[in-house]
Amino acid sequence: MDLITPGTGLIFWQLFGFLGLLFILIKFAWKPMLAALDERESSIENALKSAETARNEMANLKAENEKLLTEARLERDIILKKAQDASVKMIDEAKEDAIKAGAQMIANAKAVIETEKKAALADIKTQVASLSLEITEKLLRKNLSDDKAQKELVDGFLNELKLN
Amino acid sequence: MTRKILVISLLISAFLLGFTSNTYAAGGEEDKTSFIMHHVKDSHEWHFATFGHTHVTLPLPVIVYSGDRGLEFFSSTNFQNHETHLFGEEYAHEGYFIDEHDHLGRVDESSFVEFSITKNVIMLFIVLIVVGWLALSAASFYKKNGAVAPKGAAAIIEPIVIFVRDDIAKNSIGPQYKRFVPYLITLFLFVWFGNLLGLIPGAANMTGNIAVTLVLAVLTFIITNVNGNKAYWKHVFMTPGVPPLMLLIIVPVEIIGLFTKPFALMVRLFVAITAGHIVILGFIALAFIFESYTIGIASTLMVTFINLIELLVATIQAYVFTLFSAMYIGSAVAEHAHDDHH
Repeated sequence: MDLITPGTGLIFWQLFGFLGLLFILIKFAWKPMLAALDERESSIENALKSAETARNEMANLKAENEKLLTEARLERDIILKKAQDASVKMIDEAKEDAIKAGAQMIANAKAVIETEKKAALADIKTQVASLSLEITEKLLRKNLSDDKAQKELVDGFLNELKLN
Repeated sequence: MTRKILVISLLISAFLLGFTSNTYAAGGEEDKTSFIMHHVKDSHEWHFATFGHTHVTLPLPVIVYSGDRGLEFFSSTNFQNHETHLFGEEYAHEGYFIDEHDHLGRVDESSFVEFSITKNVIMLFIVLIVVGWLALSAASFYKKNGAVAPKGAAAIIEPIVIFVRDDIAKNSIGPQYKRFVPYLITLFLFVWFGNLLGLIPGAANMTGNIAVTLVLAVLTFIITNVNGNKAYWKHVFMTPGVPPLMLLIIVPVEIIGLFTKPFALMVRLFVAITAGHIVILGFIALAFIFESYTIGIASTLMVTFINLIELLVATIQAYVFTLFSAMYIGSAVAEHAHDDHH
Protein backbone atom coordinates (compact mmCIF):
# COMPACT_ATOMS: atom_id res chain seq x y z
CA MET A 1 0.00 0.00 0.00
CA ASP A 2 1.30 3.40 -0.87
CA LEU A 3 2.38 5.88 1.73
CA ILE A 4 0.37 8.88 0.58
CA THR A 5 -2.64 7.13 -0.95
CA PRO A 6 -5.31 6.69 1.66
CA GLY A 7 -6.70 3.14 1.57
CA THR A 8 -10.49 2.90 1.26
CA GLY A 9 -10.67 0.14 3.87
CA LEU A 10 -8.82 2.13 6.49
CA ILE A 11 -10.88 5.25 5.70
CA PHE A 12 -14.06 3.22 6.18
CA TRP A 13 -13.01 1.62 9.47
CA GLN A 14 -11.44 4.81 10.78
CA LEU A 15 -14.55 6.86 9.96
CA PHE A 16 -17.05 4.48 11.52
CA GLY A 17 -14.76 3.40 14.32
CA PHE A 18 -14.01 6.95 15.34
CA LEU A 19 -17.62 8.11 14.97
CA GLY A 20 -18.78 5.11 17.00
CA LEU A 21 -16.26 5.91 19.71
CA LEU A 22 -17.28 9.56 19.57
CA PHE A 23 -20.99 8.86 20.01
CA ILE A 24 -20.53 6.23 22.70
CA LEU A 25 -18.16 8.44 24.64
CA ILE A 26 -20.33 11.55 24.25
CA LYS A 27 -23.36 9.68 25.54
CA PHE A 28 -21.78 7.54 28.27
CA ALA A 29 -18.54 9.28 29.18
CA TRP A 30 -18.18 12.95 28.40
CA LYS A 31 -21.70 14.13 29.21
CA PRO A 32 -21.81 12.60 32.71
CA MET A 33 -18.17 13.48 33.27
CA LEU A 34 -18.42 17.11 32.20
CA ALA A 35 -21.63 17.44 34.20
CA ALA A 36 -19.89 15.99 37.26
CA LEU A 37 -16.94 18.35 36.74
CA ASP A 38 -19.29 21.32 36.38
CA GLU A 39 -21.15 20.24 39.48
CA ARG A 40 -17.94 19.90 41.44
CA GLU A 41 -16.61 23.21 40.20
CA SER A 42 -19.84 25.01 41.02
CA SER A 43 -19.97 23.39 44.45
CA ILE A 44 -16.41 24.53 45.09
CA GLU A 45 -17.29 27.98 43.83
CA ASN A 46 -20.37 28.06 46.05
CA ALA A 47 -18.33 26.95 49.02
CA LEU A 48 -15.80 29.68 48.34
CA LYS A 49 -18.59 32.21 47.90
CA SER A 50 -20.33 31.21 51.12
CA ALA A 51 -16.99 31.36 52.93
CA GLU A 52 -16.53 34.83 51.53
CA THR A 53 -20.04 35.82 52.63
CA ALA A 54 -19.43 34.38 56.08
CA ARG A 55 -16.20 36.32 56.30
CA ASN A 56 -17.98 39.50 55.24
CA GLU A 57 -20.71 38.86 57.77
CA MET A 58 -18.12 38.31 60.45
CA ALA A 59 -16.45 41.57 59.49
CA ASN A 60 -19.84 43.33 59.55
CA LEU A 61 -20.63 41.86 62.94
CA LYS A 62 -17.26 42.92 64.25
CA ALA A 63 -17.74 46.42 62.89
CA GLU A 64 -21.19 46.55 64.41
CA ASN A 65 -19.86 45.33 67.74
CA GLU A 66 -17.17 47.94 67.65
CA LYS A 67 -19.75 50.57 66.84
CA LEU A 68 -21.93 49.41 69.70
CA LEU A 69 -18.92 49.42 71.97
CA THR A 70 -17.93 52.96 70.99
CA GLU A 71 -21.51 54.09 71.42
CA ALA A 72 -21.66 52.46 74.83
CA ARG A 73 -18.38 54.10 75.78
CA LEU A 74 -19.66 57.48 74.67
CA GLU A 75 -22.86 56.99 76.63
CA ARG A 76 -20.91 55.92 79.67
CA ASP A 77 -18.76 59.01 79.39
CA ILE A 78 -21.84 61.18 79.10
CA ILE A 79 -23.47 59.51 82.08
CA LEU A 80 -20.30 59.82 84.14
CA LYS A 81 -19.99 63.47 83.24
CA LYS A 82 -23.58 64.09 84.14
CA ALA A 83 -23.14 62.31 87.46
CA GLN A 84 -20.01 64.31 88.13
CA ASP A 85 -21.81 67.52 87.32
CA ALA A 86 -24.72 66.52 89.48
CA SER A 87 -22.46 65.69 92.42
CA VAL A 88 -20.56 68.94 92.06
CA LYS A 89 -23.83 70.78 91.93
CA MET A 90 -25.13 68.94 94.96
CA ILE A 91 -21.98 69.69 96.93
CA ASP A 92 -22.21 73.31 95.93
CA GLU A 93 -25.84 73.42 96.93
CA ALA A 94 -25.11 71.72 100.22
CA LYS A 95 -22.32 74.19 100.90
CA GLU A 96 -24.59 77.08 100.14
CA ASP A 97 -27.31 75.64 102.32
CA ALA A 98 -24.88 75.13 105.13
CA ILE A 99 -23.64 78.68 104.85
CA LYS A 100 -27.18 79.98 104.83
CA ALA A 101 -28.16 77.81 107.78
CA GLY A 102 -25.08 78.95 109.69
CA ALA A 103 -25.88 82.58 109.03
CA GLN A 104 -29.42 81.97 110.17
CA MET A 105 -28.22 80.31 113.33
CA ILE A 106 -25.81 83.14 114.02
CA ALA A 107 -28.60 85.65 113.51
CA ASN A 108 -30.86 83.68 115.84
CA ALA A 109 -28.14 83.44 118.44
CA LYS A 110 -27.54 87.14 118.21
CA ALA A 111 -31.23 87.81 118.70
CA VAL A 112 -31.34 85.47 121.71
CA ILE A 113 -28.25 87.08 123.16
CA GLU A 114 -29.84 90.51 122.70
CA THR A 115 -32.99 89.38 124.45
CA GLU A 116 -31.03 87.75 127.24
CA LYS A 117 -28.95 90.87 127.56
CA LYS A 118 -32.04 92.99 127.85
CA ALA A 119 -33.55 90.63 130.36
CA ALA A 120 -30.33 90.61 132.34
CA LEU A 121 -30.15 94.38 132.28
CA ALA A 122 -33.75 94.59 133.39
CA ASP A 123 -33.00 92.14 136.17
CA ILE A 124 -29.95 94.10 137.16
CA LYS A 125 -32.04 97.27 137.24
CA THR A 126 -34.63 95.63 139.46
CA GLN A 127 -32.01 94.25 141.72
CA VAL A 128 -30.23 97.64 141.89
CA ALA A 129 -33.57 99.26 142.72
CA SER A 130 -34.34 96.74 145.44
CA LEU A 131 -30.81 96.96 146.75
CA SER A 132 -31.01 100.73 146.86
CA LEU A 133 -34.37 100.41 148.56
CA GLU A 134 -32.95 98.07 151.09
CA ILE A 135 -29.96 100.34 151.61
CA THR A 136 -32.30 103.26 151.95
CA GLU A 137 -34.46 101.31 154.35
CA LYS A 138 -31.42 100.34 156.40
CA LEU A 139 -30.22 103.94 156.39
CA LEU A 140 -33.58 105.17 157.36
CA ARG A 141 -33.90 102.61 160.04
CA LYS A 142 -30.55 103.78 161.50
CA ASN A 143 -31.46 107.45 161.19
CA LEU A 144 -34.83 106.91 162.82
CA SER A 145 -33.69 104.79 165.68
CA ASP A 146 -34.06 107.61 168.26
CA ASP A 147 -37.38 109.20 169.14
CA LYS A 148 -36.37 112.59 168.12
CA ALA A 149 -35.73 111.52 164.60
CA GLN A 150 -39.06 109.60 164.53
CA LYS A 151 -40.92 112.60 165.72
CA GLU A 152 -39.27 114.83 163.22
CA LEU A 153 -40.24 112.34 160.47
CA VAL A 154 -43.78 111.96 161.72
CA ASP A 155 -43.93 115.63 161.88
CA GLY A 156 -42.59 115.84 158.38
CA PHE A 157 -45.31 113.41 157.14
CA LEU A 158 -47.95 115.13 159.09
CA ASN A 159 -46.88 118.39 157.58
CA GLU A 160 -47.06 116.96 154.22
CA LEU A 161 -50.43 115.40 154.96
CA LYS A 162 -51.70 118.65 156.24
CA LEU A 163 -50.65 120.38 153.23
CA ASN A 164 -52.70 117.95 151.21
CA MET B 1 14.05 5.44 37.15
CA THR B 2 16.03 6.76 34.16
CA ARG B 3 18.46 3.83 34.50
CA LYS B 4 15.61 1.36 34.47
CA ILE B 5 14.10 2.91 31.34
CA LEU B 6 17.48 2.84 29.61
CA VAL B 7 18.10 -0.78 30.52
CA ILE B 8 14.63 -1.86 29.45
CA SER B 9 14.81 -0.03 26.12
CA LEU B 10 18.27 -1.44 25.44
CA LEU B 11 17.00 -4.92 26.16
CA ILE B 12 13.97 -4.45 23.94
CA SER B 13 16.10 -3.01 21.16
CA ALA B 14 18.56 -5.89 21.42
CA PHE B 15 15.65 -8.30 21.35
CA LEU B 16 14.27 -6.70 18.21
CA LEU B 17 17.68 -6.65 16.58
CA GLY B 18 17.92 -10.35 17.33
CA PHE B 19 14.57 -10.96 15.68
CA THR B 20 15.23 -9.05 12.55
CA SER B 21 18.95 -9.54 12.05
CA ASN B 22 18.64 -12.98 10.44
CA THR B 23 16.25 -11.65 7.86
CA TYR B 24 17.97 -8.48 6.88
CA ALA B 25 21.64 -9.01 7.56
CA ALA B 26 21.88 -11.50 4.76
CA GLY B 27 20.21 -9.48 2.01
CA GLY B 28 21.46 -6.65 -0.20
CA GLU B 29 21.44 -2.91 0.58
CA GLU B 30 17.83 -2.63 -0.61
CA ASP B 31 16.68 -5.50 1.59
CA LYS B 32 18.40 -4.10 4.64
CA THR B 33 16.22 -0.99 4.68
CA SER B 34 13.06 -2.26 2.99
CA PHE B 35 11.57 -3.20 6.36
CA ILE B 36 11.37 0.51 7.19
CA MET B 37 8.81 1.34 4.53
CA HIS B 38 7.16 -2.00 5.09
CA HIS B 39 6.57 -1.07 8.72
CA VAL B 40 5.46 2.49 8.02
CA LYS B 41 2.85 1.44 5.46
CA ASP B 42 -0.34 -0.48 6.06
CA SER B 43 -0.31 -4.25 5.48
CA HIS B 44 -2.67 -7.17 4.98
CA GLU B 45 -0.83 -9.22 7.59
CA TRP B 46 0.75 -8.35 10.89
CA HIS B 47 4.34 -9.47 10.84
CA PHE B 48 5.91 -9.72 14.30
CA ALA B 49 9.17 -11.61 13.89
CA THR B 50 11.13 -14.03 11.78
CA PHE B 51 13.24 -16.87 13.20
CA GLY B 52 15.32 -18.24 10.37
CA HIS B 53 12.63 -19.29 7.93
CA THR B 54 9.73 -19.23 10.43
CA HIS B 55 7.59 -16.11 10.19
CA VAL B 56 5.53 -15.12 13.21
CA THR B 57 2.59 -13.32 11.65
CA LEU B 58 -1.06 -12.62 12.26
CA PRO B 59 -3.03 -13.27 9.08
CA LEU B 60 -5.76 -10.69 8.62
CA PRO B 61 -9.11 -10.85 6.85
CA VAL B 62 -9.39 -9.39 3.36
CA ILE B 63 -12.86 -7.98 2.75
CA VAL B 64 -13.83 -6.90 -0.77
CA TYR B 65 -17.04 -5.53 -2.21
CA SER B 66 -17.60 -5.46 -5.95
CA GLY B 67 -20.74 -4.69 -7.94
CA ASP B 68 -20.75 -8.02 -9.76
CA ARG B 69 -19.67 -10.37 -6.95
CA GLY B 70 -20.99 -8.67 -3.79
CA LEU B 71 -19.23 -8.85 -0.43
CA GLU B 72 -16.42 -11.41 -0.13
CA PHE B 73 -14.16 -12.48 2.74
CA PHE B 74 -10.72 -14.08 2.40
CA SER B 75 -7.78 -14.72 4.64
CA SER B 76 -4.59 -12.89 3.72
CA THR B 77 -2.76 -16.23 3.79
CA ASN B 78 -4.60 -17.13 0.57
CA PHE B 79 -2.63 -14.49 -1.29
CA GLN B 80 0.91 -15.31 -0.20
CA ASN B 81 3.65 -17.86 -0.50
CA HIS B 82 3.30 -20.11 2.55
CA GLU B 83 7.06 -20.52 2.78
CA THR B 84 8.28 -16.92 2.44
CA HIS B 85 5.05 -15.10 3.38
CA LEU B 86 5.63 -12.81 0.40
CA PHE B 87 2.67 -11.38 -1.49
CA GLY B 88 2.73 -11.31 -5.27
CA GLU B 89 0.56 -11.25 -8.33
CA GLU B 90 1.39 -14.91 -8.96
CA TYR B 91 -0.46 -15.94 -5.77
CA ALA B 92 -3.88 -14.85 -7.04
CA HIS B 93 -6.92 -16.33 -5.28
CA GLU B 94 -10.55 -16.21 -6.49
CA GLY B 95 -9.71 -13.47 -8.98
CA TYR B 96 -7.90 -11.21 -6.50
CA PHE B 97 -4.23 -10.80 -5.70
CA ILE B 98 -2.07 -8.75 -3.35
CA ASP B 99 0.99 -7.37 -5.13
CA GLU B 100 4.50 -7.07 -3.66
CA HIS B 101 3.64 -3.55 -2.41
CA ASP B 102 0.84 -5.07 -0.30
CA HIS B 103 -1.77 -3.55 -2.62
CA LEU B 104 -4.97 -5.49 -3.38
CA GLY B 105 -5.76 -5.87 -7.08
CA ARG B 106 -8.23 -7.73 -9.26
CA VAL B 107 -7.08 -10.05 -12.00
CA ASP B 108 -9.74 -8.94 -14.51
CA GLU B 109 -9.12 -5.26 -13.56
CA SER B 110 -12.80 -4.45 -12.94
CA SER B 111 -13.67 -2.10 -10.09
CA PHE B 112 -14.05 -3.10 -6.43
CA VAL B 113 -13.99 -1.50 -2.97
CA GLU B 114 -11.81 -2.87 -0.21
CA PHE B 115 -12.84 -3.01 3.45
CA SER B 116 -10.06 -5.28 4.66
CA ILE B 117 -9.17 -5.47 8.31
CA THR B 118 -5.55 -4.48 7.79
CA LYS B 119 -2.80 -4.06 10.36
CA ASN B 120 -3.76 -0.43 10.92
CA VAL B 121 -7.44 -1.34 11.31
CA ILE B 122 -6.50 -3.79 14.08
CA MET B 123 -4.36 -1.04 15.62
CA LEU B 124 -7.33 1.30 15.26
CA PHE B 125 -9.56 -1.16 17.11
CA ILE B 126 -6.98 -1.50 19.88
CA VAL B 127 -6.78 2.28 20.27
CA LEU B 128 -10.58 2.57 20.21
CA ILE B 129 -10.87 -0.09 22.91
CA VAL B 130 -8.15 1.45 25.10
CA VAL B 131 -9.56 4.97 24.80
CA GLY B 132 -13.16 3.81 25.15
CA TRP B 133 -12.39 1.62 28.14
CA LEU B 134 -10.43 4.37 29.90
CA ALA B 135 -13.10 6.98 29.25
CA LEU B 136 -16.01 4.75 30.24
CA SER B 137 -14.35 3.54 33.43
CA ALA B 138 -13.52 7.15 34.26
CA ALA B 139 -17.16 8.11 33.67
CA SER B 140 -18.42 5.22 35.80
CA PHE B 141 -16.35 6.60 38.68
CA TYR B 142 -18.39 9.81 38.59
CA LYS B 143 -21.64 7.87 38.34
CA LYS B 144 -20.73 5.88 41.45
CA ASN B 145 -19.10 8.58 43.53
CA GLY B 146 -20.65 11.83 42.33
CA ALA B 147 -18.68 15.04 42.22
CA VAL B 148 -15.68 14.10 44.37
CA ALA B 149 -11.91 14.05 43.86
CA PRO B 150 -11.03 11.57 41.09
CA LYS B 151 -9.30 8.20 41.52
CA GLY B 152 -8.19 5.44 39.18
CA ALA B 153 -9.06 5.91 35.50
CA ALA B 154 -10.85 9.16 36.37
CA ALA B 155 -7.59 10.53 37.77
CA ILE B 156 -5.90 9.84 34.41
CA ILE B 157 -8.71 11.11 32.21
CA GLU B 158 -9.89 14.07 34.27
CA PRO B 159 -6.76 16.24 33.93
CA ILE B 160 -6.86 15.63 30.17
CA VAL B 161 -10.54 16.52 30.02
CA ILE B 162 -9.96 19.69 32.02
CA PHE B 163 -6.89 20.55 29.95
CA VAL B 164 -8.78 20.12 26.67
CA ARG B 165 -11.81 21.96 28.01
CA ASP B 166 -10.04 24.93 29.60
CA ASP B 167 -6.76 25.33 27.72
CA ILE B 168 -7.83 24.25 24.26
CA ALA B 169 -11.59 24.66 23.85
CA LYS B 170 -12.31 27.63 26.11
CA ASN B 171 -9.31 29.62 24.94
CA SER B 172 -9.64 28.92 21.22
CA ILE B 173 -13.41 28.74 20.69
CA GLY B 174 -14.80 31.32 23.09
CA PRO B 175 -18.20 31.42 24.78
CA GLN B 176 -19.71 28.61 22.67
CA TYR B 177 -16.94 26.13 23.51
CA LYS B 178 -19.11 23.69 25.47
CA ARG B 179 -20.69 22.09 22.38
CA PHE B 180 -17.31 21.10 20.96
CA VAL B 181 -15.56 19.85 24.09
CA PRO B 182 -16.66 16.17 23.71
CA TYR B 183 -15.36 16.00 20.12
CA LEU B 184 -12.08 17.67 21.05
CA ILE B 185 -11.49 15.37 24.04
CA THR B 186 -12.19 12.27 21.94
CA LEU B 187 -9.92 13.61 19.21
CA PHE B 188 -7.10 14.34 21.66
CA LEU B 189 -7.31 10.96 23.38
CA PHE B 190 -7.57 9.09 20.08
CA VAL B 191 -4.57 10.82 18.51
CA TRP B 192 -2.54 10.70 21.72
CA PHE B 193 -3.09 7.03 22.42
CA GLY B 194 -2.70 6.23 18.72
CA ASN B 195 0.68 7.96 18.76
CA LEU B 196 1.78 6.38 22.03
CA LEU B 197 0.66 2.83 21.25
CA GLY B 198 2.25 3.19 17.81
CA LEU B 199 5.61 3.62 19.54
CA ILE B 200 5.43 0.17 21.11
CA PRO B 201 7.85 -2.07 19.20
CA GLY B 202 5.89 -4.22 16.76
CA ALA B 203 2.84 -1.95 16.80
CA ALA B 204 1.43 -0.37 13.65
CA ASN B 205 1.96 3.18 12.46
CA MET B 206 -1.75 3.98 12.70
CA THR B 207 -1.80 7.74 13.36
CA GLY B 208 1.01 8.03 10.81
CA ASN B 209 -1.30 6.73 8.11
CA ILE B 210 -2.78 9.32 5.81
CA ALA B 211 -6.20 7.63 5.71
CA VAL B 212 -6.55 8.02 9.48
CA THR B 213 -5.42 11.63 9.55
CA LEU B 214 -7.59 12.33 6.49
CA VAL B 215 -10.73 11.17 8.30
CA LEU B 216 -9.91 13.19 11.41
CA ALA B 217 -9.15 16.30 9.34
CA VAL B 218 -12.37 15.87 7.35
CA LEU B 219 -14.38 15.59 10.57
CA THR B 220 -12.86 18.83 11.82
CA PHE B 221 -13.54 20.40 8.42
CA ILE B 222 -17.19 19.33 8.54
CA ILE B 223 -17.69 20.48 12.12
CA THR B 224 -16.03 23.81 11.34
CA ASN B 225 -18.09 24.60 8.26
CA VAL B 226 -21.41 23.23 9.50
CA ASN B 227 -21.11 25.55 12.50
CA GLY B 228 -19.83 28.49 10.47
CA ASN B 229 -21.87 31.60 11.31
CA LYS B 230 -22.67 34.69 9.24
CA ALA B 231 -19.45 36.48 10.13
CA TYR B 232 -17.40 33.44 9.09
CA TRP B 233 -18.98 33.10 5.65
CA LYS B 234 -18.96 36.86 5.19
CA HIS B 235 -15.26 36.77 5.88
CA VAL B 236 -14.86 34.17 3.15
CA PHE B 237 -17.06 35.63 0.42
CA MET B 238 -17.15 39.36 1.25
CA THR B 239 -13.93 39.84 3.14
CA PRO B 240 -14.49 43.06 5.10
CA GLY B 241 -12.19 45.98 4.43
CA VAL B 242 -11.06 44.74 1.04
CA PRO B 243 -11.72 46.82 -2.11
CA PRO B 244 -14.23 45.13 -4.49
CA LEU B 245 -11.62 44.51 -7.19
CA MET B 246 -9.30 42.83 -4.74
CA LEU B 247 -12.13 40.47 -3.79
CA LEU B 248 -11.53 38.73 -7.12
CA ILE B 249 -8.20 37.59 -5.73
CA ILE B 250 -9.04 37.38 -2.04
CA VAL B 251 -12.20 35.26 -2.33
CA PRO B 252 -10.54 32.37 -4.19
CA VAL B 253 -7.68 32.53 -1.69
CA GLU B 254 -10.18 32.40 1.19
CA ILE B 255 -11.99 29.47 -0.43
CA ILE B 256 -8.72 27.61 -0.93
CA GLY B 257 -7.96 28.51 2.69
CA LEU B 258 -11.04 26.58 3.83
CA PHE B 259 -9.45 23.41 2.44
CA THR B 260 -5.81 24.08 3.23
CA LYS B 261 -6.57 24.20 6.95
CA PRO B 262 -7.76 20.57 7.24
CA PHE B 263 -5.18 19.57 4.64
CA ALA B 264 -2.47 20.97 6.89
CA LEU B 265 -3.98 19.08 9.84
CA MET B 266 -3.94 15.86 7.86
CA VAL B 267 -0.37 16.23 6.58
CA ARG B 268 1.12 17.50 9.84
CA LEU B 269 0.11 14.51 11.93
CA PHE B 270 0.87 12.00 9.17
CA VAL B 271 4.34 13.43 8.55
CA ALA B 272 5.29 13.92 12.18
CA ILE B 273 4.43 10.37 13.22
CA THR B 274 5.66 8.62 10.08
CA ALA B 275 8.92 10.56 10.16
CA GLY B 276 9.45 9.56 13.78
CA HIS B 277 8.97 5.88 12.94
CA ILE B 278 11.29 6.17 9.93
CA VAL B 279 14.03 7.82 12.00
CA ILE B 280 13.85 5.11 14.68
CA LEU B 281 13.86 2.32 12.11
CA GLY B 282 16.61 4.10 10.18
CA PHE B 283 18.88 3.96 13.21
CA ILE B 284 18.07 0.29 13.65
CA ALA B 285 18.84 -0.29 9.95
CA LEU B 286 22.30 1.20 10.44
CA ALA B 287 23.25 -1.86 12.45
CA PHE B 288 22.33 -4.12 9.52
CA ILE B 289 24.02 -1.95 6.92
CA PHE B 290 27.36 -1.71 8.72
CA GLU B 291 27.08 -5.16 10.31
CA SER B 292 29.05 -3.85 13.27
CA TYR B 293 28.48 -4.26 17.01
CA THR B 294 29.86 -0.77 17.70
CA ILE B 295 27.38 0.80 15.33
CA GLY B 296 24.72 -1.45 16.78
CA ILE B 297 25.32 -0.17 20.31
CA ALA B 298 25.51 3.44 19.14
CA SER B 299 22.36 3.16 17.06
CA THR B 300 20.55 1.45 19.94
CA LEU B 301 21.42 4.36 22.18
CA MET B 302 20.20 6.75 19.51
CA VAL B 303 16.99 4.75 19.11
CA THR B 304 16.39 5.02 22.84
CA PHE B 305 16.96 8.76 22.68
CA ILE B 306 14.72 9.22 19.64
CA ASN B 307 12.06 7.11 21.33
CA LEU B 308 12.03 9.52 24.25
CA ILE B 309 11.69 12.42 21.82
CA GLU B 310 8.90 10.54 20.07
CA LEU B 311 7.01 10.30 23.37
CA LEU B 312 7.15 14.07 23.44
CA VAL B 313 6.18 14.33 19.77
CA ALA B 314 3.24 11.98 20.35
CA THR B 315 1.85 14.35 22.98
CA ILE B 316 2.70 17.54 21.11
CA GLN B 317 1.08 16.29 17.90
CA ALA B 318 -2.09 15.25 19.74
CA TYR B 319 -2.15 18.69 21.37
CA VAL B 320 -1.47 20.51 18.09
CA PHE B 321 -4.11 18.56 16.17
CA THR B 322 -6.71 19.28 18.86
CA LEU B 323 -5.63 22.89 19.28
CA PHE B 324 -5.79 23.65 15.56
CA SER B 325 -9.15 21.90 15.26
CA ALA B 326 -10.41 24.06 18.11
CA MET B 327 -9.00 27.20 16.50
CA TYR B 328 -10.65 26.44 13.16
CA ILE B 329 -13.95 25.78 14.92
CA GLY B 330 -13.40 28.93 16.96
CA SER B 331 -12.91 31.04 13.83
CA ALA B 332 -16.19 29.66 12.46
CA VAL B 333 -18.33 30.34 15.54
CA ALA B 334 -16.73 33.60 16.73
CA GLU B 335 -19.27 36.44 16.84
CA HIS B 336 -16.73 38.92 15.51
CA ALA B 337 -14.01 37.52 13.27
CA HIS B 338 -10.57 38.40 14.59
CA ASP B 339 -9.49 39.69 11.17
CA ASP B 340 -12.28 42.26 10.78
CA HIS B 341 -9.70 45.01 10.81
CA HIS B 342 -7.79 43.89 7.70
